[in-house]
Amino acid sequence: MKKLGKIYMALVLLFLYVPIFVLIVFSFNETKSRSVFSGFTFDWYVRLFHNRIIITSLINTILVAVAASIISTVLGTFAAIGINSMRKVPKAVVMNVTNMPIINPEIVTGVSLMLLFVFFAARMNFEFGFGTLLIAHITFDVPYVILNVMPKFNQMDPHIYEAAQDLGCSPIKAFRKVVLPEIMPGVISGFLMSFTYSLDDFVVSYFTTGSTSQTLPITIYSMTRRKVSPEINALSTLIFIAVIIVLLVKNAIEKKAAAKSGTAKEG
Amino acid sequence: MKLKYFSAPYLVWMVVFILVPLLMIAYFALTNDNGQLTIKYLADVGQYANIFVRSIWLALIATAICLVIAYPVAFILSRMDKHRQGTMLMIVMLPMWMNFLLRTYAWMTLLGNNGIINHLFGLVGLGPFKLINTSGAVVLGMVYNYLPFMILPLYSVMEKIDNSLFEAASDLGCSSKQTLFRVIVPLSIPGITSGVTMVFVPAISTFIISRMLGGGSNLLIGDLIEMQFLGNAYNPHLGAAISLVLMVIILVIMTVMNQFDPDDQVLM
Repeated sequence: MKKLGKIYMALVLLFLYVPIFVLIVFSFNETKSRSVFSGFTFDWYVRLFHNRIIITSLINTILVAVAASIISTVLGTFAAIGINSMRKVPKAVVMNVTNMPIINPEIVTGVSLMLLFVFFAARMNFEFGFGTLLIAHITFDVPYVILNVMPKFNQMDPHIYEAAQDLGCSPIKAFRKVVLPEIMPGVISGFLMSFTYSLDDFVVSYFTTGSTSQTLPITIYSMTRRKVSPEINALSTLIFIAVIIVLLVKNAIEKKAAAKSGTAKEG
Repeated sequence: MKLKYFSAPYLVWMVVFILVPLLMIAYFALTNDNGQLTIKYLADVGQYANIFVRSIWLALIATAICLVIAYPVAFILSRMDKHRQGTMLMIVMLPMWMNFLLRTYAWMTLLGNNGIINHLFGLVGLGPFKLINTSGAVVLGMVYNYLPFMILPLYSVMEKIDNSLFEAASDLGCSSKQTLFRVIVPLSIPGITSGVTMVFVPAISTFIISRMLGGGSNLLIGDLIEMQFLGNAYNPHLGAAISLVLMVIILVIMTVMNQFDPDDQVLM
């Protein structure tokens, strides 16, 4: 039984990883063939770094992800604080609307925002571009921040904020010294989640950006529509390596934090 | 200052960028270019019934395959030593962090007529087979991309099932088959319902997988919507009507899934 389980896991992992490894292997292939490996080369990587469109869209992706995740984190954290102190019915209404971008298919979110922008672009004289892209990203990011921060309030004593004020803190100081440290883990995970969603998003960006601010996923999409170029394989390899590094760092940080809280509890 | 006013900026944002856009879908679906009320576009959606049927069918097959593959994976994961569990879970989820388009592109190169699979078949004197641009390729793409969405919720419910329950079941005379269907499955239903929704919703609304792996002959609802907004068939009214119908289908599916869930909620 144990052995069967191991074989099964190995097969599933094979299914998950073989396509990615084939991409990586063929990023070093001399010719454009997708099936025969004819010789080793770094040419596709060199070409990748000379590809203006890819570099520009990479910069755009990072810019929009940084801006959207920072704004969403601030907006979402304040929202969570407010929603938490609402009464039951308005709270339920707001949370249901907040869940909509998460439950709805991405294409519906993208199309609905596109309709809004089309409607106002003509009347208010603006164009699709970085602005519309940023608004769209914030819109699908904020719900994740709220959903990460809200549970932290349930673990917190609701009276300590008032207690801090009774003891002479100004409301802002009470918030900074008492509430913020309690909800910080939720704020950080909300920020990281929105950042990764923004980096990775294709569908919503596809409907809401203009030709002046293409993101990397959109560039990848248009590359796959045109003639096959092993540059995509090279790009995949680099992204795969970046993902592994990020996950290893994340794991190390979590282990360190767990070890720290473990010793703190014992002490 | 009351704390609840902290949410004011977000409430404005929510109304303008979540509620109003959704209302605009309804508005565009029910009016024509002159702003007159009409059900013409909703009625026109009926012409695409075959595409709707195909999308629902392919998404259901992909969801079922994901469930069958993911269930044992989640169970095996949940029974591993605690310290190995974390590492293994990371290895299983790692491909999901790769961009979705690159993962689909990987299958494009594998399944292509000159791709590596047909090349291997050729070495043993078989083929070439038509692998890409088939509905099978679309289902494969869905399974490959969304499998982690099934594994994760299943794992998170199974992880909480205590080993002693299995011992108790077998002490009380359950065969391993009975243990599976009377103990493990009922306890993992919340994971099943949320896994099914998390796979079905993106699968039924995708347009990338069908475009990249299905060629022109396997249009899905997503393609249909995309064509009305960014394609040659530009017609936002029809596109909005199709989106509206898609939302209703998903709402119905989620309500049905909620009926199975003892906690009466879908874990997202």
